[in-house]
Amino acid sequence: MTRYQLKVNGENRELDVDSQMPLLWALRDVLGLVGTKYGCGIAQCGACTVHVNGTPTRSCLVRVSDISGQSVRTIEGLAQGTDLHPLQQAWIDLGVPQCGYCQAGQIMSAAALLEEKPTPTDADIDAAMAGNYCRCGTYNRIRKAIHSAATYFNAATPPSSVSPKEDVA
Amino acid sequence: MNNNDLVSAVTKAVVRASSQPNLNRRSFLKLSGITGGGFLLASVLPMRLVAAEDLGSLVGSVELNTFIQVSSEGEITIYSSNPEMGQGIKTALPMIIAEEMGAKWEDVRVLQSPVDERFGLQGAGGSTTIPRSFDLMRQMGASAREMFIGAASTAMELPKDELKAHESAVSHTSGRSLTFGQLAALAVKQPVPDPSTLVFKDREDYTIIGTSISGVDNLVITTGLALFGIDTRVPDMLYGAYHKCPAIGGKIVSANIDEIKKLPGVKDAFLVKGNDNVRELLDGVAIIGTSTWAVFNAKQKLKVEWDESGASKDSWTDLVARAKALQNTRGDELIDESGSVDREFSDAENQTLTAFYEYPFVSHFCLEPMNCTAYYKAGTIGEKDTLELWIPTQFPAGAYRVTKPMYGLEQEQVTIHQMRLGGSFGRRISNEYVCEAIEMSRRAGAPVKHTWTREDNIHHDFFRVGGFQSVKGALSSKGKLVAFEDHFIGMTNDGKPVSGSRFRETEFPMLNVENVRATKTMFEIGTPCGPWRAPGANTTAFVIQSFIHELALAAGRDHLEFLLEIMGEPRWFDEGNIRSLNTGRAVDVIKLAAEKAGWGRKMPEGRGLGLAFHFSHAAHIAEVAEVSVDADKKLTVHNVTVAVDIGPIINMSGATSQVEGAVIDGLSTMAAQKITMENGRIQQSNFHDYKILRMPSSPRVDIHFIQSDYAPTGIGEPALPPLAPAVGNAIFAATGHRVRRMPLSEEGYTV
Repeated sequence: MTRYQLKVNGENRELDVDSQMPLLWALRDVLGLVGTKYGCGIAQCGACTVHVNGTPTRSCLVRVSDISGQSVRTIEGLAQGTDLHPLQQAWIDLGVPQCGYCQAGQIMSAAALLEEKPTPTDADIDAAMAGNYCRCGTYNRIRKAIHSAATYFNAATPPSSVSPKEDVA
Repeated sequence: MNNNDLVSAVTKAVVRASSQPNLNRRSFLKLSGITGGGFLLASVLPMRLVAAEDLGSLVGSVELNTFIQVSSEGEITIYSSNPEMGQGIKTALPMIIAEEMGAKWEDVRVLQSPVDERFGLQGAGGSTTIPRSFDLMRQMGASAREMFIGAASTAMELPKDELKAHESAVSHTSGRSLTFGQLAALAVKQPVPDPSTLVFKDREDYTIIGTSISGVDNLVITTGLALFGIDTRVPDMLYGAYHKCPAIGGKIVSANIDEIKKLPGVKDAFLVKGNDNVRELLDGVAIIGTSTWAVFNAKQKLKVEWDESGASKDSWTDLVARAKALQNTRGDELIDESGSVDREFSDAENQTLTAFYEYPFVSHFCLEPMNCTAYYKAGTIGEKDTLELWIPTQFPAGAYRVTKPMYGLEQEQVTIHQMRLGGSFGRRISNEYVCEAIEMSRRAGAPVKHTWTREDNIHHDFFRVGGFQSVKGALSSKGKLVAFEDHFIGMTNDGKPVSGSRFRETEFPMLNVENVRATKTMFEIGTPCGPWRAPGANTTAFVIQSFIHELALAAGRDHLEFLLEIMGEPRWFDEGNIRSLNTGRAVDVIKLAAEKAGWGRKMPEGRGLGLAFHFSHAAHIAEVAEVSVDADKKLTVHNVTVAVDIGPIINMSGATSQVEGAVIDGLSTMAAQKITMENGRIQQSNFHDYKILRMPSSPRVDIHFIQSDYAPTGIGEPALPPLAPAVGNAIFAATGHRVRRMPLSEEGYTV
């Protein structure tokens, strides 16, 4: 066991874990941040997506020891205080989740996309989200919710005055 | 704000926010602005922490206590009694109660109920929850409504028939009004109405049923709070993994236990002798450790010697060869026969067509792996042992089937928490992951969260059974279908047909065509199979609806017109039985799907429309797929038009979600999914060799409901079966190539 430092959702955390332990299990089992999900363990499904220094990363393969001292953001850290991230709001508004298990990973991938491309096209969304499986098949609502969140994301005016963008998908 | 503060702030607001009735509502972006009432997020707490007295005064007596509680502040708590696995029942059932009750949806919060007999059958499966629970939910709501009206009548000294409950209040024509909160204490004292006296609302008066309501857990889901079985955390909890023989039924001989115990984070490892029941406990090696990673890592380093003398030797290659030898033959066993197929097939005037269809085994691959947290606590002197279980399962009380016979525990010694399921599709109805968790907790003397690796999930599934059908049809000189025959080649486990390996005597078009015969041949296999979204229907629809298209083409007729002719005059074969085909409803959805998809329009080269209908799970559904295929056999499904009659819709958002999901799941399964086995071993292991559909391949789904006056039925499964034949028929329309084998990848297509 070795001590590693991570900045998780803005807080400095010290982790006393095996050098081989993937970030996913350190988050879930050691820090109790269970919003990040295990799906496959081989970076195929995207359920474990978090941001490491702002980059969407499959936490099932990255070891804690590989990223010591770096900054990690998980689904629990996406809202600003009690303000939901526009993606979280859009997911609720459009009723995106079915079983809901993949959705934290979907939202984290989408959040990284909006940071990079605030007004993504369908093709941008497909490319950014292709690494995230949804077993229930919520893809069309996810695409719609990302477009919807993008209008908030870019709005200079308060969200309540933004008219909903309909039928974007 | 640190994580705990966020969790606390979000939990305060979550129930109210996630119960907003308007999906397009944009005004509550700032959670802080809607916190207000101090809501308690009981749904993420263990139920025992949420005592009834914390929830305010109770309405009613025994019957009403079961589902509805109302506080003096007007908070309405509705228990959702059935497991939520993504089918939306946790939102739909409370909507029915709230509607009849006259509640305002914003005042409602939904809790997952405890596992208790007073809630009736707590299960989910077969798309049966809505048809089974609709009247009970209406009764619960109407009973509460009458008690509020009774209370208001007493308080206002006005006759009951001049009072009306709506918007969480009882009001009089004069404008006087009392809220449910104000009436709660008095309503408790009202007599519980005799259920037979209750009158339900007319459909045109609905204000909640039929609207779009976002899932009650959606805020919890999108903020990453604990909710699923796999998220369970109990003080002093350890973590477990369990390794079984890759060929089902192999017995444990030995393993490198001493080496495993030395690995980082491993607390214990031991051999387990099972009871040979694949749904309970098979032989294996249990590993207990301080994290999921520790036990998964150790599992990879296991060296196990198995005795495979009694294990499965199944081979997919062998099954295919045996089935192909039976092409164009009749089965050993008759399923049903009427008229004279032989006369029609031997009539020189008739045209006879035969075809052989094949479909593979597939996996459930629920994204949340199988898991169970168990805390087996040995009683100290004079006390009994107790067991607490946190299980994501379609039938939570199903665990009692093993706790008594295998562990000697009476029901009162066992507490079961039903957890949200990260997908199920028929998978989570067995007890093996529960038994494995109990074995580990009992040995450790501590709570153990047992998790399966993805590889475990694929190797030890209860698969959607593969199979074959040899079909034959006779067309009269006028191009009418005059005879139909099906030789169904299915599978048995221990001599019994596995789930979905059945061709019913009522299967379309057995009742519609005058001369029909269905026979079967069954192959005994060791590979365990189980229900998988729309069992039987998900493969038989592919065969029948593709073959009907083949017949239409052979007859030189339009597919739509040919299908409608077979459907015939409007009639309900078994009047009053919702599980019986109603040809009138079938014709209506077929026509609607065709109309909305623009059936008959001219398509460019390499692009086609394909039509299919299937009746299953009491649902009449037709689908039209629009598909193009390029020179490299790359398939694009542009659009799928779906017409559905399941009676009135409860939650429009939930129902459209289920249809969208079923279409995409159907395409995903058809595109590339296939489980094969050789020497009893499943040959796929994870998502690199078992591919599911990704977002760029997802088609647009255009959904139309016929909200007929028939009783509402479920929509979790039945929109899946018509997808494969619709796409297969569209491929033919686009290319002239007939798909008689799934998945499409085997035919050289990519999606």
